[in-house]
Amino acid sequence: MTAADHTVTRDRVTASLKRRHASERRFRRLGLAAVVVALGALSVLFTDIISKGYTAFRQTHIDITVFLDPSILDPAGAADPKELRRSDTQSVIRAAIRARFPDVSGRRDLRELYGLVSQGAQFDLGDRLAADPGLLGKSLAIKVRASDDIDMLIKGHISRDGPENTRRISDAQIAWLDALIDGGGVSSPFNVAFFTAGDSRNPEMAGILGAVVGSLLAMGVTLVVSFPLAVGAAIYLEEFSTDGRWARLVEVNINNLAAVPSIVFGLLGMAVFLNFFGMPRSAPVVGGMVLGLMTLPTIIIAARVSLKAVPPSIREAALGVGASQVQTVFNHVLPLAMPGILTGTIIGMARALGETAPLLMIGMVAFIADIPGGLTDPATALPVQIFLWADAPERAFVERTAAATMVLLGFLVLMNAAAVVLRKRFEVRY
Amino acid sequence: MTGFLVLAMVLVIALGGYGLGKAKARTIAASAGAMRSRPAHHGLLVAVWCGLPSGALALAWLAFDFVPGASGSAALFVVVMSVAVAGLAWSRSRITARSKARVQLETALKILLAGGSAVAILTTIGIVLSMVFESIRFFSMVPLHEFLFGLEWSPQIALRDDQVGSTGLFGAVPVFAGTVLISLIAMAVAAPVGLMSAIWMAEYAPERVRAVVKPLLEILAGIPTVVYGFFAALTVAPWVRDVGSALGLQASSESALAAGAVMGIMILPFISSLSDDVLRAVPRAMYDGSLAMGATRSETIRKVILPAALPGVVGGLLLGVSRAIGETMIVVMAAGLAAKLTANPLEAVTTVTVQIVTLLTGDQEFDSAKTLAAFALGLMLFFVTLVLNIIALRFVRRYSEMYE
Repeated sequence: MTAADHTVTRDRVTASLKRRHASERRFRRLGLAAVVVALGALSVLFTDIISKGYTAFRQTHIDITVFLDPSILDPAGAADPKELRRSDTQSVIRAAIRARFPDVSGRRDLRELYGLVSQGAQFDLGDRLAADPGLLGKSLAIKVRASDDIDMLIKGHISRDGPENTRRISDAQIAWLDALIDGGGVSSPFNVAFFTAGDSRNPEMAGILGAVVGSLLAMGVTLVVSFPLAVGAAIYLEEFSTDGRWARLVEVNINNLAAVPSIVFGLLGMAVFLNFFGMPRSAPVVGGMVLGLMTLPTIIIAARVSLKAVPPSIREAALGVGASQVQTVFNHVLPLAMPGILTGTIIGMARALGETAPLLMIGMVAFIADIPGGLTDPATALPVQIFLWADAPERAFVERTAAATMVLLGFLVLMNAAAVVLRKRFEVRY
Repeated sequence: MTGFLVLAMVLVIALGGYGLGKAKARTIAASAGAMRSRPAHHGLLVAVWCGLPSGALALAWLAFDFVPGASGSAALFVVVMSVAVAGLAWSRSRITARSKARVQLETALKILLAGGSAVAILTTIGIVLSMVFESIRFFSMVPLHEFLFGLEWSPQIALRDDQVGSTGLFGAVPVFAGTVLISLIAMAVAAPVGLMSAIWMAEYAPERVRAVVKPLLEILAGIPTVVYGFFAALTVAPWVRDVGSALGLQASSESALAAGAVMGIMILPFISSLSDDVLRAVPRAMYDGSLAMGATRSETIRKVILPAALPGVVGGLLLGVSRAIGETMIVVMAAGLAAKLTANPLEAVTTVTVQIVTLLTGDQEFDSAKTLAAFALGLMLFFVTLVLNIIALRFVRRYSEMYE
């Protein structure tokens, strides 16, 4: 190579530097843009859900004064709480509303007027009366739940403009509502029913308690099924297995099961638990077992990792002073691996809590208004409730779906925080 | 209810067996002096002999319903209780100063633990068998080639037997095509964004920024799919439709684009963390060598690191595809039901998982071709995701061996 060649090469490099540096900057910006897109998606998702859902934590109430007429509510005069709960509180509430707007007459107008108030109001009043029969014959100022359309109007989710026949609320209803608002008779206290009621066809009466209880029951079963089996399997594979082929076979199975789509576990549950063993449909016990099988690989893998992390010196020391293999594992190795195993278990349970698809397969999608009282009662789960409400046509269910999502995410945040704390506090470093 | 009662009784008898065995071992120890095992070991061994055979029998009885009806549950009670008591009496009678209770106890424990590991295998067998049996019944009604190559999917079942088209049409090609379309859209979002963000975080991000951004991206991976489904159905799909109509395009309100894009966001952290692992595994020397030759960082990444890491990246992408194919809730909530053979991302398409859910939810007889078709689709899904995972893991493993 001559000096001239060197100069040519250097010139070529120098000439290309600008282009190459520009390309470097482009590449770098592209990477930054990718991260911004990902974080943007995350923030849009959260903003969307919170902005849709936060209004559901308040519920519009209307003040009315009811006269608890004994001749209507307790014609027999027995003041039996059971009878009072089922008594005709609807008439009393309607009378109170009519008294507030004495000018309204005619069947259609009256029906619209009564439509301001939720059907749930009569049950609330019945419960209150049953708790305190002494209220009979008195006048009582109460707050009753407004119907879902009124609630949506107050929260600004449906518009009061536009032609009357395209709206769910008539001009007359808006006029009455404005009169109530001017008189200070409309308030928006905390929506207690959302946390204490089961599902309902009426959005203002629907709550998540039934779904939360269903989820907790299923999670209990999941834990009982998956934790002992997974920890047992992990201990066997890590500490006792002498048969390499069996361990290899189990390992291949675990890795494959970890990647099987969750809906396939639902098909398994349907074919084996429901059709073959004849277990009840829609029951948390079946849902919990299916989710347990699904969680099994996650916990086994986590448990194996933390058992592996316990140094051999611990085992050798225990064996050296005469402990048996089983005593070594259960008294020395397992306690040291436990924080890691529990962390993995919590993360697996968090995934199971958010899982929906397998539960659809075993019938946990039915409309169930009652709070499940046991493992074999029909129930839904929190994510399934979100799925069901997301499908409901009423506008008021949108905010409830988003609010239920916030509750579900809250549970997941708590579980993951617990896992982080567990890892930070109890992890042993060797 | 009977089941809980029986198992509770077995537990009580086993607890009693523990106490009785321990007491007997204590008395023997008091007279004979040294024992080979501790009294508690003898007690536990009695409890195992008492509880395990009878408990297993009770579970098997309940599962397979040997003798149905009220007399059956009475028989169950009698048989299980006598097995439990017999186990108690027999094992208690074997307690001597020389018996190796601890060794036997540990053997029993090891067998139990091995049984735990067998559940993983049993689950796989259960999945395969349940789907294969139902699929065989399905293919006896609908020929295999019609299912695999048919172009019409309309699994309605006629109300009357003599109705025209009473069998329904089970050509699954449009369903497969819809699945592929949505998965492609998802990967078109997830692959570049996931890979580029992994590169940026591994190579360019300041340490403090990475410490914040990485956990934030992992949050995306922890969000339940039903939440993504809600987001796709109520926010992204209407948005796609509105933007489409503003641009003069006819977009369905259940467009493949909305479902696919949101699915891409769901898979993104998965791709990003897998790529991150893979990029980190490339030896530092290759990176330094390239820089020393005068290459810029981006040239190093594009021409040295990425080619070296390619098998691992491809493996990660394949795992992402397998996730996209098996994902259910997003498509159930945001994709359509009608099976249409189209490549237009603005139209509504349906997927394998959507069809499984719609065919199996609701009440219907279990023998119809309609419900059995869901199991045939499930078998296809299981098979395809399994093959994808095996190939992907092979890629990743070969790659990780390359630089060891």
